[in-house]
Amino acid sequence: MSTVAAVAPRRRGRITPGRILLYAFVALTALVWLVPIAGAIFASFRPFADTVRDGFFSWPSSLTLDNYRNAWEQGDIARKYWNTVVILVPALVFTLFFSSMVAFVCSRYSWRFNILLLSIFTAGNLLPQQIIIQPLFQFYNRVELPEWLANSGKLNGSALGLILIHIAFQSGFCTFVLSNYMKLLPKSLNDAARIDGAGAWKQYWQIIMPLTLPAIAALATLEFTWIYNDFFWAVVLEQQGADRPITSSLANLGGEFFTDDNLIAAASMFVALPTLIVYLALQRYFIAGLTIGAEKG
Amino acid sequence: MAAPKASRLRQFDGRDRWIALAMAGIPTILHVALVWIPTIASILLSFTDWKGIRFSDINWVGFKNYEQIFTVFQKNFFQALINNSVLLIFLFVGPTALGIGLAYLLDRDIRGTRFFQGIFFTPVVLSLAVVGFMWQSVIYSTENGLATQLFGGGNAVDWIGNQSFLIPFGDDYGVSRNFVAILVAIAWRHTGYIMVLYLAGLKSVDTSLREAAKLDGSNEWQVFRHVVFPSLKPINVVVAVITVIEALRAFDIIYVLNTPRKTEVLSILTTNNLLGEGGGNVGRGSAYATILFVLCFGFVIWYVTNHYRATQEGADS
Repeated sequence: MSTVAAVAPRRRGRITPGRILLYAFVALTALVWLVPIAGAIFASFRPFADTVRDGFFSWPSSLTLDNYRNAWEQGDIARKYWNTVVILVPALVFTLFFSSMVAFVCSRYSWRFNILLLSIFTAGNLLPQQIIIQPLFQFYNRVELPEWLANSGKLNGSALGLILIHIAFQSGFCTFVLSNYMKLLPKSLNDAARIDGAGAWKQYWQIIMPLTLPAIAALATLEFTWIYNDFFWAVVLEQQGADRPITSSLANLGGEFFTDDNLIAAASMFVALPTLIVYLALQRYFIAGLTIGAEKG
Repeated sequence: MAAPKASRLRQFDGRDRWIALAMAGIPTILHVALVWIPTIASILLSFTDWKGIRFSDINWVGFKNYEQIFTVFQKNFFQALINNSVLLIFLFVGPTALGIGLAYLLDRDIRGTRFFQGIFFTPVVLSLAVVGFMWQSVIYSTENGLATQLFGGGNAVDWIGNQSFLIPFGDDYGVSRNFVAILVAIAWRHTGYIMVLYLAGLKSVDTSLREAAKLDGSNEWQVFRHVVFPSLKPINVVVAVITVIEALRAFDIIYVLNTPRKTEVLSILTTNNLLGEGGGNVGRGSAYATILFVLCFGFVIWYVTNHYRATQEGADS
């Protein structure tokens, strides 16, 4: 890093044709990349009639919040957000809790099934979800739940069902990443703790977990986005449109409620906003989460 | 190796052994029960004609589902196979190449590099479902979309609905125009993902090595080709895995746009035999799932054994 910093000022001062070309290419590509989101924001604040009359590339004659108001009401967005929270929060907490425990046992102790166990989790995470959906659907259909836990009376169509499959599926990736991370902590930590009489749980909770927090924070940010963005599980395992979390509710919002493009743009913004906010606020963790999985891989 | 192992095993004393077992065991049971057992069940059910009603209705029918897929449903199946393959190839030559290029350019001391990285990465945090919605309303809208206004020449263009082949393979198969429209939207999201992975990889490339090669008179491309790229091998492996898996998993954007035929992929065929008109066709749906499994499993095993062999050797040495 220090060499880069030392060299940088000298380099920046030099203007060469290659450098201009480089800037032009990057800036132009970036501009193109902004168009879909910027376009959606722009369209979402315009009355549809204006867009139709003047075309997309036109100075807006009026701006309005009507698209947002209509999307919010017709799409029942408040309820969809709530459905998302009910599934996302427990799924996220238990995914991290479960996978950190497995990672702890596999990376801090040496026992016979270590590698096999980690391989099972890693490979499970790489399977396309559609491979398991037929039997999973049939299984969910046959597990009965009490009324207070699920309106459907079954695991199929319940928030619990979605929470469980998220934990099961996402713990593959998190176990992989966390075990790679914990492996790098010095082994002597365990020995010292053991001499002090700390049992397995204490070693996990009081010694290893605090040191793993950077990785947990990065994974939490990443998993928030992934679970929030889930479309497939909820489309298949929650058939009631009103009970779906927000991303999957796009599947039935399209034809039913939203007829014009600007309304769809406003609805898209409602769906995109939470992940965009998390990304803007926690960008560093987000990217760390993606890359700790890759670098050690 | 034997001696230290034995001493480490003694860390599990009495109650501790059970606690450690529960800590690893409970998550494993959940994962195996909801991921691996259904995988095996899918393979087994693909040899039955089950409709998902009663267990007593399960009849073994051998390869009948597969036979039907290759004959009666040939058109859907081969088109899906083509689409999955086209997506895979496209992800490598499009977003991956562009992602590497952008990472390489943005890794230099370029002014505002953080800002540019942020722009390219933003679509990555969006779900493909919402990407589909956004592109449908802003870019691909038949009458008022940006693409229509830029390239339509004053006419309405049905970007999402046009299933005629842009690149035909014979009369029945090919790459349809609406599939290409979807590919472009996927590229918009995928490029930033690849870029970030390579940016992380480039940080670990030895700068002195690069400088040395430059002093030796190598040009930019030679430095990249012979110094930078080879040292990115771990990232290349991860990107290859991600790309193959993403190409096989693709589902959201195609499902949410509800496009007419010619854009189907294997994951859509599996799901169509569960929901909608073809619903309850467990046998055939499972056969599609099993084909998906066969296509990806060799790759998954290759990656996992490679990864853990490397770490095992690292631990032993």
